[in-house]
Amino acid sequence: MSAKSLFEKVWQEHVVVPETDDHPAVLYIDLHLTHEVTSPQAFSTLRERGLKVRRTDLTLATMDHSTPTVPVRSFRDLQIVAEPQAAKQIVALEDNCREFGVTLHGFDSEHRGIVHIIGPELGVTQPGKTIVCGDSHTSTHGAFGALAFGIGSTEVGHIMATQCLLQRKPKTFAVNFEGSLPRGVTAKDMILALIGRIGVDGGVGHVLEYRGSAIHGLDMEQRMTICNMSIEAGARAGMIAPDDTTFEYLKGRPMAPQGAAWEQALARWRSLPSDPGARFDREVTLDVSALKPMVTYGTNPGMVVAVDEPIPDRSDSNFRKALDYMGVTAGKPLAGHPVDIVFLGSCTNSRISDLQQAADVLRGKHIADNVRMLVVPGSQKIKLEAERLGLDRIFVEAGAEWRESGCSMCLGMNGDTVPSGQLSVSTSNRNFEGRQGKGARTVLASPATAAASALAGAVADPRPYLAN
Amino acid sequence: MEPITVIRSRTVVMPFDDIDTDQIVPARFLTTTTRDGLGEAAFADWRYDAQGAPKPDFVLNDESAQDCQVLVAGKNFGCGSSREHAPWALLDYGFRAVISTEIADIFRSNSLKNGLLPVVVDADTHRWLIDNPGAKVEVDLEALELRLPDGRNITFDIDRFSRYCLLNGIDQLGFLLQQEDRISAFEKSRPWQP
Repeated sequence: MSAKSLFEKVWQEHVVVPETDDHPAVLYIDLHLTHEVTSPQAFSTLRERGLKVRRTDLTLATMDHSTPTVPVRSFRDLQIVAEPQAAKQIVALEDNCREFGVTLHGFDSEHRGIVHIIGPELGVTQPGKTIVCGDSHTSTHGAFGALAFGIGSTEVGHIMATQCLLQRKPKTFAVNFEGSLPRGVTAKDMILALIGRIGVDGGVGHVLEYRGSAIHGLDMEQRMTICNMSIEAGARAGMIAPDDTTFEYLKGRPMAPQGAAWEQALARWRSLPSDPGARFDREVTLDVSALKPMVTYGTNPGMVVAVDEPIPDRSDSNFRKALDYMGVTAGKPLAGHPVDIVFLGSCTNSRISDLQQAADVLRGKHIADNVRMLVVPGSQKIKLEAERLGLDRIFVEAGAEWRESGCSMCLGMNGDTVPSGQLSVSTSNRNFEGRQGKGARTVLASPATAAASALAGAVADPRPYLAN
Repeated sequence: MEPITVIRSRTVVMPFDDIDTDQIVPARFLTTTTRDGLGEAAFADWRYDAQGAPKPDFVLNDESAQDCQVLVAGKNFGCGSSREHAPWALLDYGFRAVISTEIADIFRSNSLKNGLLPVVVDADTHRWLIDNPGAKVEVDLEALELRLPDGRNITFDIDRFSRYCLLNGIDQLGFLLQQEDRISAFEKSRPWQP
């Protein structure tokens, strides 16, 4: 038997009908996560064709994208705080879930949160599963050794009706991170460095497998940050082999297997890592030992540089257009560039350790007068945990706003936006033109770099702030 | 869905690489619960200024771009989010095909399900198209040929299953629904249950 990669094993186990030249594979999906923005058209398709949600037990819904991050306790509150069209969309999700029998973590649920945060938190994200969602950051769940990828709304309908998708088998790409991370340098810096190296289209058509000592030294939350941004390298998905860190994270979570089922699952999960000698279509290796905090300077996540190093110079029109949009100068480091807004949140960096990273920088200090800082926990559970640990007080005393969970300023759908022309240092995943609001300028960074920048009122290297 | 065979049109050229789905349709337009009417949102932030007036220097606001159905763009077109609103917006605007040297995975998949043809060509052909905006081209899905006005025929590839569905105007859900017996058998026989 030939050596197989983690991806090969998960793929093969889910093929219902093998692919031929004439048609793609029919791939079985173990978990479908859904939210208010990309599902309404799919529910409409079911209704038009008289179809049901085939496996409501494998479908889970939450509200995150267009859901306000100010307190909403009821649908009456919602009508007051949300933009009418967004409110309508949220109500539509509630109605659709009731009509089709889908479990929804809505305003009354302690488990509500960003879809890619709550799957792992509930323990329903598990090694070896196939997981999809109408959202490109579904790649996050690959941190557990699941094959997880984003789909469009038509495919959301396919899944609801058949629990399967038509898929051509992607290629594989081994990404080896070796060495140990210096202090003040995080998973976010690792993934930004990778995208800088292979480009925003470096992973097109491929599933990445993150490997190496630097990956297995990370906790699950940092692994999720890495897998989350696989799509920013153009990849179909990103995966990390499950290990004891994965199993420890999952054990005892509400939807994780219990008792004898846990032991059986564990035995199966231990067989998932790539076999020695497994072949990959491509491979790249990065040494993280000398890695620095990374920041983006342009309008895609591949335009990235160490915070204290000069922005590179190129003459092509794409590059010039991006620098003009951002209002930054080639040849100068980004450190010191004035900042208007700092956003700590998103499915990339809104977990408890992300908040702790930022709180370590902010504790006992106050953000610069000219800066607005928004802290948006990834889920209501994280919000409660942060409050139990007193992190909310550190943020509020530092002058930041402490919010309810949601996607918030990552994509500016729910009232949280960056005004035109202003520059935001954001722990989210996309620095596209206008991503955080029309005319907004975005610098992607780690939570520590974002917090340091809030204090300095300018893009800042977090390492001096962590010295003691 | 209407069957697609040949698209004959002049081209509009956006010579930038990595045009992402946030440019194709900004997130603030995603609160819709239908697929319709997104044409106005296509490239909204490049098309309109803060007051909502057309920006004169943007190509879609140029007289020569009116009624063009073929968009030529730089590499990695459609990168970013999985929003199917991107092809919905382009189709509602009037585009029927996008030509590039590289098209992002999820965008390509979404486009094929809605009848927007993602056409990937070699660098030389692409260069020619970039240098000749407004060229009258034919995109032939049956023959898998892009015909240029100088007589050149460039072949391209589209997944055979998607092509069959588009040529016949049928959607892909029907095929999946026909697999019901095999899906049920798979569920019963698999070694573990999710």
